[in-house]
Amino acid sequence: MLSLFNAKTTTRLQSWGHYPQLEPMAVVPVFWLSDLPDLAAFEQPVLPFAYGRSYGDSCLNEGGVSLNVSYLKRFISFDPKEGLLRCEAGMSLADILQVVVPRGWFLPVSPGTKFVSVGGAIANDIHGKNHHKAGTFGCHVTRFEVLRSNGERLLCSPYENRELFCATIGGLGLTGLILWAEFRLKPIVNSFIDIESIRFSSLDEFLQLSADSDLDFEYTVSWVDCLCGGSKLGRGLFMRGNHNRSQEYSARRMPAKLPLVIPFDLPSFTLNTLTVKAFNEVYYHKQLSKVVRRVLSYEPFFYPLDAIEQWNRIYGKRGFLQYQCVVPFDNGGEVMKELLRRISRSGEGSFLAVLKTFGDVPSTGMLSFPQPGITLALDFSYRGKKTLQLCEELDGIVRQSRGRVYPAKDARMSRESFQTYFPQWHEFERSIDPKFSSSFWRRVVPTV
Amino acid sequence: MKVMILGATSAIAHETTKCFARDSAELFLVARDEAKVTAVANDLKVRGAKRVATFVLDLSELERHQEMFDSALTTLESIDMLLIAHGTLGDQRLCEQSVAETVQQFNNNCTSVISLLTISANYFEQQRHGCIAVISSVAGDRGRQSNYVYGTSKAAVSSFLQGVRNRLYKAGVCVVTIKPGFVDTPMTAHLKKGPLFASAHSVGEGVYRAMKQGSDIVYLPWFWRPIMLLIRSLPESVFKRLSL
Repeated sequence: MLSLFNAKTTTRLQSWGHYPQLEPMAVVPVFWLSDLPDLAAFEQPVLPFAYGRSYGDSCLNEGGVSLNVSYLKRFISFDPKEGLLRCEAGMSLADILQVVVPRGWFLPVSPGTKFVSVGGAIANDIHGKNHHKAGTFGCHVTRFEVLRSNGERLLCSPYENRELFCATIGGLGLTGLILWAEFRLKPIVNSFIDIESIRFSSLDEFLQLSADSDLDFEYTVSWVDCLCGGSKLGRGLFMRGNHNRSQEYSARRMPAKLPLVIPFDLPSFTLNTLTVKAFNEVYYHKQLSKVVRRVLSYEPFFYPLDAIEQWNRIYGKRGFLQYQCVVPFDNGGEVMKELLRRISRSGEGSFLAVLKTFGDVPSTGMLSFPQPGITLALDFSYRGKKTLQLCEELDGIVRQSRGRVYPAKDARMSRESFQTYFPQWHEFERSIDPKFSSSFWRRVVPTV
Repeated sequence: MKVMILGATSAIAHETTKCFARDSAELFLVARDEAKVTAVANDLKVRGAKRVATFVLDLSELERHQEMFDSALTTLESIDMLLIAHGTLGDQRLCEQSVAETVQQFNNNCTSVISLLTISANYFEQQRHGCIAVISSVAGDRGRQSNYVYGTSKAAVSSFLQGVRNRLYKAGVCVVTIKPGFVDTPMTAHLKKGPLFASAHSVGEGVYRAMKQGSDIVYLPWFWRPIMLLIRSLPESVFKRLSL
């Protein structure tokens, strides 16, 4: 009782994977754009932090200063003619959707969770199910302002401070503190999505479906069963969708559902090969016919996991690793099969495995992850060396195929891998603010 | 609906005002920092407020209260809801060493509120409808060594509100005493956050609901009501030994 009153529990900053656990020396809140901290006064390196939805250590700053920007969540302006929205960098996409969807607007690019900040969306140049049509989030950003540690506030756009603009998009928060951003929303008729879900039995069928769908469907994504090898290798469900355009749906409101909450870390045996295999078997066969069509509200389509608050706790205390790579189309099918074979052989993969093809809309960011090709994202419950070894093996295949691994989701890639995936890091380094650094960056780039 | 918010840049007040903006209300915001109140006003415009006017004033300047209130009436023509949300947490240790600091804290959190209530109660009594809500605190329910200067000013505010509520009941005006517990706001940024901390968002929405319903005394979140009942019922001979 007394300790409850005195409220001495510390706030811990964790990334979404709960691995690694790294503590900053201090957490400094930023409340107002008109009342910014003097970054030069900090002795330790600084890094912005909002909602901790990056999976690994790219948002962590061990021993440094984390700037908590989650209080910077005010709208600045909205131009309904152009669909141009300007807001502070700590605003979450969830907050934006709540205000703009009822007025007939939608995010230009939606990641798999709406609980990310606008600043984080830019710093990781996030992508979504419409990458083949719309490119990355950064493609829709028209302007933002960056605070550098020398106190300068720099407006960045394709026309002003262009190099800093391109370096900050996908720049992992290292180029200074993004204060606010302006980006283009897109008009919608209602908040519903027409969805087709198609079962596929192999990776080749997935690639064919992707090729057939990319033109007519704005959104595509697939779930893949990563535990099945042999003849069932690469089986899954292909989902494709478009915004519903009928006026009839405009008046409909989906009843607000309370999210399920996972209140504590589940015991580590919850997820094992058997339970995941069983889940996958049921999930693959959940639709009886090969193709199922339905109309769904945008939330379960874009953010199915947001319905379970803190779903990351199903992996227990030791956390998990997320692995997302992209391999170029050229021989990509074979490379992806090899990756899936390795994963199914290890028996490590989880039920949350996603396949998608990236299109050729060029990313604005210097260090952006997406490139044309096939991307695979999945979770591995963290089991120490074994898991790290498997990821390293996968890295070997990705390196050879001239692919990449996504820094926002990484907690373990080697220096060699990073520098092979992103040879432009040398050029990027010029734009880094001398006061900014992250645990990720110190890990993948040698300090001078 | 026409809503006047005093201390509009406080995190709880802003969250409450967002709810009024969603209802397309007309807003009159008062705060002492021009840049901050402008940032809040812009946010509320995007969120749907029909109109947002701002007035820059340090509410410890009692002599300007009437001028501010008149300005709000000129702008909005009438006021349906008034939320008084300004305040400072102060430094208890500093107060113990300085009479001036103690009086200053008391003036910030209590005297200014009493002045504002005196002016607005007369207005609402004549108008014969509307709602006055004030953010007091659970800290006013019992004096504790860790922040009794703040607590005393909030206790005075709570008592004053009981009287005003009693007086305005016949006029059909609601007077709402809001008693939040620990809230995660800039005011408490220096404190380490324990399990009893609530978000400004949930407390702000609670204030909005209480104002719409015309409640009397509201604890936010609700669990502070039984906690404070327990705290209040401890005999002083026991309570004085605790380090609360």
